[in-house]
Amino acid sequence: MGRYLLRRLLQLIPVFIGTTFLIYWLVWSVPGDPFAGKCGDRGCPDNFREVMTAKYHLNESIWVQYASYMKNLFQGDFGITFSGRSINDIIVTSYPNTLKLAVVALTIEAVIGLSAGVLSGLRRNGFLDNLVLVSTLFLIALPVFVVGFVLQWLFGVKWGIVTPTVSNEMRFTELILPGFVLGSASMAYIARVARTSIAENRRADYVRTAIAKGLPMRRVVGVHLLRNSLIPVVTLLGTDLGALMGGAIITEGIFGINGIGRQVLRAIVTKESATVVSIVVVLVVVYLLMNLLVDLLYAALDPRIRYE
Amino acid sequence: MRVSKRASAVALGAAVALIASGCSSSDSGGGNAGASSDGAITIDGTQPENPLVPANTTETGGGKIVDWLFTGLVEYPNNGGAPQNALAESIDTTDSKVYKIKIKKDTKFHDGTVVKAKNFVDAWNWGAYSPNGAQNSSFFADIQGFADVNTTDPDEDGPKKAPTPKVKEMSGLKVVDDWNFEVTLNAPTAVFPTKLGYSTFMPLPDAFFAGKPEEFGKKPIGNGPVKFVSWEDDVMIKLTRFDDYQLRDKMKIKDVNVKIYQDDTAAYNDLVSGNLDFQQQVPVSSLAGDKWKADLGDRAIASTTPSTGIIAFPIYDKRFTNKKLRKAISLSINRQEITDKIFFGNRKPADSWANPLTPGAKPGNCTACAFNVDEAKKLLAEAGGFTGKLTLSYNADASHKEWMEAVAQQIKTNLGIDAVATGVPTFAVFRQNINAHKMTGMYRAGWQQDYPDVENWVNPLYVTGGSSNDGLYSNPQVDALAKEATRRRASTPRTRSSLRLSP
Repeated sequence: MGRYLLRRLLQLIPVFIGTTFLIYWLVWSVPGDPFAGKCGDRGCPDNFREVMTAKYHLNESIWVQYASYMKNLFQGDFGITFSGRSINDIIVTSYPNTLKLAVVALTIEAVIGLSAGVLSGLRRNGFLDNLVLVSTLFLIALPVFVVGFVLQWLFGVKWGIVTPTVSNEMRFTELILPGFVLGSASMAYIARVARTSIAENRRADYVRTAIAKGLPMRRVVGVHLLRNSLIPVVTLLGTDLGALMGGAIITEGIFGINGIGRQVLRAIVTKESATVVSIVVVLVVVYLLMNLLVDLLYAALDPRIRYE
Repeated sequence: MRVSKRASAVALGAAVALIASGCSSSDSGGGNAGASSDGAITIDGTQPENPLVPANTTETGGGKIVDWLFTGLVEYPNNGGAPQNALAESIDTTDSKVYKIKIKKDTKFHDGTVVKAKNFVDAWNWGAYSPNGAQNSSFFADIQGFADVNTTDPDEDGPKKAPTPKVKEMSGLKVVDDWNFEVTLNAPTAVFPTKLGYSTFMPLPDAFFAGKPEEFGKKPIGNGPVKFVSWEDDVMIKLTRFDDYQLRDKMKIKDVNVKIYQDDTAAYNDLVSGNLDFQQQVPVSSLAGDKWKADLGDRAIASTTPSTGIIAFPIYDKRFTNKKLRKAISLSINRQEITDKIFFGNRKPADSWANPLTPGAKPGNCTACAFNVDEAKKLLAEAGGFTGKLTLSYNADASHKEWMEAVAQQIKTNLGIDAVATGVPTFAVFRQNINAHKMTGMYRAGWQQDYPDVENWVNPLYVTGGSSNDGLYSNPQVDALAKEATRRRASTPRTRSSLRLSP
């Protein structure tokens, strides 16, 4: 177990270097002079562009730029944006917001998705099962911005139950709606995967044995059935945290949340390599760690899986 | 010109900026906050792109806050009338070349220091000095000695760098005493006093020169009716009334909170549900079928802004040197139909060279702005037709697609030219190609007046070497007339309406 963990952690290093360079290179290859469009339709004076280009070393080769970025990164300095803001500050203020939103979304999709999946899997072809199938199909078919705008308009504007945008305090009650919107598609997938998995294991020999032993139904489902059916669901949930954080751009925009989505979008459009790489680097680390956690959870769920 | 990428979508004529207002008194405990003199309002804004230094702020987000924080020598009344003195006691000149400027005594900056003549002179010298890289440095080009403090790269984007200027101060600026200074221009320019209300010409306190500009810009100290309180990036900028303010436009309410949005639809939803008191411009999506008027009722206010959308020709491209061809294309565009169908009547078709709201603009002086298919076909035939594909480029990161495609379609239908609208992914690339004179077809442009004078619509855009004459249009007759008009005293009638420009 310890050796496995160490090996996995060591693997993070090449992945980390590879992703940072790839992303740095991608943003660098986006065509356009980042300072040409700063002054609107008037165009910027030459001296402004010269001063800024020199200040951010944009006249150097990509290798020099990347090397100096990495050097600062290992000293804990993510650099500054073209507006002169410290990227460390941006990460410190925007990451917690996105993380909060993603965790709320993950909780909502886990609770609702899992209960719907388990209930419909146990009573296949019943009314509830059909309802879950149809409603999940509907959720999967709808793009997230449609769900977002419709729910925001209904709950925020028409009925006035919540405020349409999230305040800066990021209160939990305000995050339920955006969290639901963000997690809606994954919730549908989780319900469907859980349903299939439960339905399949329902007919497995060990379930029949457990029932034949006279175990109460609650124990058969809660311990034997659920634990074995959870593996695909945990895989989905685990990788989803990263996906939710990265995919929150649209939801953050609709609900006015000050998260990483807005920063990444702005930075891509303005060709701010340092900001994009810095935010994505943290995201990559989240992905890698979540993946590791999922793999370790397999062992806890399925006694047949052991890591050496 | 203060046009953000997002707000620059103004097509073919005077745009109507849609303003929604009303004090919904959403703050708790304030009671009827809007009515009391100590009320607070929350308005929408966007994150300023740069620290708030007047000479380095060109986009809307920071620009409007700079406008509130500072008061310049002159101000522009909201009714579009002629500029009047604000901080200036008097601006005197006999030859439109040397200006003696006297400022009002004992007005204060927000940090309590007194606004003196040297605060203007130092601020202007800072803005003009090229190593400071101010976005608005070209505004000081009228002043004598500008070329000595603002050097340019000798080989454009080549390996050589611009030489460091020999001096740091323009020879045309001279402080006489605390309340008087003298400005000498390169050539007589009657419109110079009008320009002085633009934010680039604001005074800066001594504190600015003592520290770093970036740090000042995060906590700006102005001399205007509104005082800076705090700025939380991407969240909120808080402002309050400056109680020591002595000039005309003192604030009636106490606090202004500028809530920063990334999406104008989110702000609009907050506005409709009463969580936001004021949104300066409602999103395009609410224009269809006058949805915004239905949503907002008596909180909706329509107001016009002096900005015009333009489709420019790259005259450096040989295919467009023929004047008749350009006129034929212009005459084949039905501007009325586009404003009705695409903008739901919220924009007006352009029929004059300057925006109709600009003092001195003459309606109907753009004869090429009419819609006349027969004349267009005749001119096209005389010009020898147009072969190949005609591209109309726009930046695809703002809402220009619909109207540019409509224009292309009209040219195609009315003239039989193979016209297509093509989107350039980002404004940065688009602007870079325009700067480098690499456009291969017509392209979208736009102009919003910097100061209320028709001069602002002629010299930068159509005069040879004009600061924003990106298409390299050049007509000796226009140059001569514009030069003559610039020289005349501001009080005498201008002759610009006699100009006959080709599009």
